[in-house]
Amino acid sequence: MLVTSPIPGRISGMRICLLSACCALALTSSGQAEPSPDLTKQIAIIQAVGAEGVGNSDAAKAFGQLSRSGPSSLLPLLRAVEPSNSIARNWLRSAIEVIAEKAATSGHPLPLDALRGFLKDRRQSPEARRLAFELMLEIDLEGTERMIPSFIDDPSNELRRDAVAQILDRGKKQLADSDEAAAKTYRIALDAARDVDQIQDIAKAFAEMGIEIDLPRHFGFLTNWQVVGPFHNLERKGFAEKFAPEEKVNLDAAYEGKEAKVKWQSLSTPDPYGKVDLNKPYGKLKEVTAYAYHEFTSGEAREAELRLGCKNAWKIWLNGELVFGRDEYHRGQRIDQYKMPIKLRKGSNTILLKLCQNEQKQDWTVQWEFQLRVCDATGTAILATNRPEPSTTRQ
Amino acid sequence: MKQLLTSTTIGIISILASAAAAAEWHRFRGPEGNGYIPGNVELVTELGKKTTAWTAALPGRGLGSAIIVGDKVFVSAASGPQQDKLLILCFSDRDGSELWRRSFWATGRTMCHKKTCVAAPTPTTDGKHVYVLWSSNDLVAVDLEGNLKWMRGLTLDYPNASNSLGMSSSPIVAGNTLIAQVENDSESFAAGFDLLTGVNRWKIDRPKMANWTSPVTMQMDGKVIVALQSGKGVMGISPSTGSELWNFSSGASTIPSGAAAGDTLIVPSRGMTALKPNSLGGEPVSLWNQKTQKPATASPLIIEDRIYFTNSAGVLTAADRKTGKRLWRIRMKGPFSGSPVACQNGHLYFFNEEGLGQVVDISGDTGEVVSEFALGETILATPSISQNSLYIRSDQTLWKFSAPKQ
Repeated sequence: MLVTSPIPGRISGMRICLLSACCALALTSSGQAEPSPDLTKQIAIIQAVGAEGVGNSDAAKAFGQLSRSGPSSLLPLLRAVEPSNSIARNWLRSAIEVIAEKAATSGHPLPLDALRGFLKDRRQSPEARRLAFELMLEIDLEGTERMIPSFIDDPSNELRRDAVAQILDRGKKQLADSDEAAAKTYRIALDAARDVDQIQDIAKAFAEMGIEIDLPRHFGFLTNWQVVGPFHNLERKGFAEKFAPEEKVNLDAAYEGKEAKVKWQSLSTPDPYGKVDLNKPYGKLKEVTAYAYHEFTSGEAREAELRLGCKNAWKIWLNGELVFGRDEYHRGQRIDQYKMPIKLRKGSNTILLKLCQNEQKQDWTVQWEFQLRVCDATGTAILATNRPEPSTTRQ
Repeated sequence: MKQLLTSTTIGIISILASAAAAAEWHRFRGPEGNGYIPGNVELVTELGKKTTAWTAALPGRGLGSAIIVGDKVFVSAASGPQQDKLLILCFSDRDGSELWRRSFWATGRTMCHKKTCVAAPTPTTDGKHVYVLWSSNDLVAVDLEGNLKWMRGLTLDYPNASNSLGMSSSPIVAGNTLIAQVENDSESFAAGFDLLTGVNRWKIDRPKMANWTSPVTMQMDGKVIVALQSGKGVMGISPSTGSELWNFSSGASTIPSGAAAGDTLIVPSRGMTALKPNSLGGEPVSLWNQKTQKPATASPLIIEDRIYFTNSAGVLTAADRKTGKRLWRIRMKGPFSGSPVACQNGHLYFFNEEGLGQVVDISGDTGEVVSEFALGETILATPSISQNSLYIRSDQTLWKFSAPKQ
């Protein structure tokens, strides 16, 4: 779930026409048969669903018609997923499921070759390709499962996960005989893995073999920061208050802090999962606010994601623009807890984080920390050109 | 006159009996949201292999209860390493065969504490459609055949409406409105949704604090109203407009929900408190307060003039609904996450977290455990009762218990 990509609101008739035209164009340019005008129209109606339930009534009617169509509708519906918003995607998915279910009940075959072609087309929606894969499993289990190794570098994390799982199984068996062979296998798995639980399994295996790996680099965690604080967060009001770093970051400046003048200082983390612990420079404080600043040099202008894990209240700015903020305290933290789509510009990009600690005194409210990484939509790390080179002892 | 009264009484009894026979488990904690369903007198009082009618494998995690509509049993779940594939499953009540399943890609955050899960809220129904809410704030309406009627991504619409520990409040249908509490530390709200289109009929701000309780229906001046509980207290609202009717401001639990009996609401607040709302608004009348009666995670159960609840030590207490005074208590094998349920057969049904089913006979001067059956799986859900059968689910399995066929 991307935290800053709300679905569009009310969509005009013109927008529907444009969506419809785009859909038809996508279909013809892919070399597939063009869907019927009716099918294209129903898809466009579903793609027009917007925020707060806008378009649901029309979508339900279109869904009714779509669900009565035959298996020949499956490919146009699958292709329509990619340009659709998050809610429309689910309408399309549900229509696909109903059509496939009816085909199974009535004995009508699903278009296996066409589904295979769609699955192989990596320009399509990763989620829709996974759905096609699951439909194929129902038709041809063995043949479809033979495709799994080819997913090792797939943009669909779900497909890639299956390929990584097969490699991990192989690595586990090799561990009994040869660390060297197992290490090579686990290296392949690590390069491919994007899901955190699989990466953690791999890291554990490397640790047991006595091999150090550079997990922060694999994930793209930012490990070197400039931090300043503490400012106040009395009665949790610091979250809304604009302290001086929000106005302008000047790493040479000194500010009025909660109890004294405060200055920027360097803070690096050795944590394998990039956790930056603000209690280390400041002590276990309560009702305080701090800022963390990082300059990320990108080799190109590109789309990316900021992925944050944090159990304190926080705000984040990219190049001076607020990306998102959240005033929740101590309800849990995990890697990639918040995914925020951004656009990096070529050259220097500034990242400013505001981190508020509240007044709670329980043991589980001590943490004042975060973990932030920059990656693409699949979770593949995007490494800054100004990132320090890895240690030579690490793999 | 006497004859008239008698025939009137018979008529009322017939209507009630008919209603009891027709009542189904349409939402969290039964038709009235208090854990009790009338009728079902033939429900088995012994849980075991002989009374296991069927089991069905579930493809994803979940702790919301099963709901039953006619010959169909509905359960929600979520699968995948991040529980981001949301599932609605429909089973045949006759043999537990899966009739259909629908999957959705979560549009909201799926992070939650490992003990709970994304499919924590119990689905609900108006008898024609099934409404399912997940902790990701995805809200879906399908008809009984699985055709999608509408979908909302409430975290897309309200991006800070989430709880990193997970959400679990179960939506309810009141009149022509689906009501959900989406309460958390940040963008906290309750909303009423049009049953047919899913658009907001109303949306109101709620206290900025985590809250896992569910809305409860109750009576006021002969009308159905809805009570919204939170750490701040309880607010009575009109289900069609969301407008405030009364407010109890002395705080309440954020985990066990209240239970209503007619126009009285039993609330886990400062122990346990009985409230009778004042139709003129303002603070409801506090009929009684029992500070030592502290329900833990499980919500209280009301059967006619008695309240039953379990505390954190697993002690089951029976209390007088009109005074709150304790009548008896017995130690159960806890701990309990799911709430107890009952029907008109004089027994209570519990499942503890270790999956031990326990049946308590309440017909005597004190409660007596008359049956135990270990399911062998962690159970965090609340059971359901319908058509003389009992349903309970784990992450992996859905069970139905009923009398063996002759």
